Amino acid sequence: MQIFAFYLFASIVIASAAFCIFARNPVHSVLWLILAFFNAAGLMLLVGAEFIAALLVIVYVGAVAVLFLFVVMMLDIDFAELRAGFMKNLPLGLVLALILAAEFIIFGALSWSSAGMGDANAVVGPPAGGPSNIEALGTLLYTKYIFLFEAAGMILLVAMVGAIVLTNRKRGGVRSQNIQEQVRRRPEDATRNTQPEVGKGVEL
Amino acid sequence: MTEYLQSTFLGPEIGWFVATLALILLIALPLMLAVAMIIYVDRKIIAAVALRRGPNVVGPFGLLQSFADGLKVFLQETIIPSSANKGLFLLAPIITFTVALLAWAVIPFSEEMVLANINIGLLYILAISSLGVYGVVISGWASNSKYPFFSAMRAAAQMISYEVSIGFILISVVLFAGTFNLNEIIKAQEGHVFGVINAYGLNPLLFPMAVMFLISSMAETARAPFDLTEAESELVAGYQTEYSSMSFALFWLGEYANILLMCALNVILFWGGWLPPIDWEPLYAVPGIIWLFLKMFVVFFIFGLAWATVPRYRYDQLMRLGWKVFLPISLFWVFLVSGYVMIDKFGWPL
Repeated sequence: MQIFAFYLFASIVIASAAFCIFARNPVHSVLWLILAFFNAAGLMLLVGAEFIAALLVIVYVGAVAVLFLFVVMMLDIDFAELRAGFMKNLPLGLVLALILAAEFIIFGALSWSSAGMGDANAVVGPPAGGPSNIEALGTLLYTKYIFLFEAAGMILLVAMVGAIVLTNRKRGGVRSQNIQEQVRRRPEDATRNTQPEVGKGVEL
Repeated sequence: MTEYLQSTFLGPEIGWFVATLALILLIALPLMLAVAMIIYVDRKIIAAVALRRGPNVVGPFGLLQSFADGLKVFLQETIIPSSANKGLFLLAPIITFTVALLAWAVIPFSEEMVLANINIGLLYILAISSLGVYGVVISGWASNSKYPFFSAMRAAAQMISYEVSIGFILISVVLFAGTFNLNEIIKAQEGHVFGVINAYGLNPLLFPMAVMFLISSMAETARAPFDLTEAESELVAGYQTEYSSMSFALFWLGEYANILLMCALNVILFWGGWLPPIDWEPLYAVPGIIWLFLKMFVVFFIFGLAWATVPRYRYDQLMRLGWKVFLPISLFWVFLVSGYVMIDKFGWPL
């Protein structure tokens, strides 16, 4: 059952990653990417890393990919230009791909032999009865790696503040809403009752 | 049931498979029935507020109205706009419907009646509910039409905004309960207030969170007064504009299944789930599932009343409420709650 699930998830990850690259339409690309994320989360579940799987779905599928999709849908894409850029950047892309592939093969082979991963029994989930995924990860993050963890948080905060500063520009002609003012407004402030004499009219 | 099927001729593996399949159907089919009935209830509530009769023709008291509607859409022709992206156009309602059903896997109906009693139940629900936006966004884009596209934009922005504060609200409940498991969260509420009331919601520290969660869940399900995504005065029917027949019905079913799920979550997190409201022995004689349904119904009634009485928000007000009101308050409250929990567990630091 586990083996079947593993091959199912793994083959869908690889296939959808390939489709993500080869899809003509960028929106389809993003959707294939989402399918790849989703099945990667399934693989995490299989090795017993349930917390990582949940995070993968919440953060990547639920937030990052939605923004991707958002941006790609709003873009007005010129396919001809896209294809011209493809030929121009092909050599650089090939070099990068080669380096990446070499790294994967070398380090993969190293860690495979050192961890004894060729052994089918070596991949196991967390021990039954021990602390759950979340507890184990939490204890580690908040004791041993507390400074690294906080540093990562600070970096993210700085990135967020930076993004806000970069996009926040003063624009003229903005009609901003002041909710407090709108809520405080009473009928008396805007209207008045008058009883004009016949033929006199009202002074505004 | 699982053990029984595993002990028969089916063997442990196939027996487990068959049992799980049966249990899934045991949740999904009554859920569909509940959705049909809750649509009827919704229409009756709104009718009562507007001094109308509501559905009263089909069946006794109009009880079969939803089934008649279902039969009607089932017999209609499925129309696919010629300029639509056909595959995605048909996929979108399926995604909405599937995602709406998926989350029910971890909902505990009583202490034993839960399909998947997993450690990360609440995270699972958070993950699944963040997927709900895809159905809307994909349908808006695939329809290749202006109003659905606007609606998809609004839906994506709205759901992401409110998910942030919902996350913080959930965290404060988790801090109190000390677990992500929904069943354990319910058990932790036993006699929580004064030792007699089984509800986190009446804890003074958590009461504001309960109110905010109720409002956020209305916004998350795009329910009135936050139904900007299908505001008929601006966007025709929003992302559903181009849909017809069963694909339209799937959106409809998924939407109400989501609303029921949010009612269940409100009840489980803040109002004691399947526990009776008061920690008093005779009340435990009533099965937990009945307490759960009663409480869910009360929450749904509030949803219905809100729809009937509150005017729709303006878009900038909706965003302001999410980002400038709920987010700061819930963030501060997480800080407050974690401080309280620390002191409660480990004493004053001085």
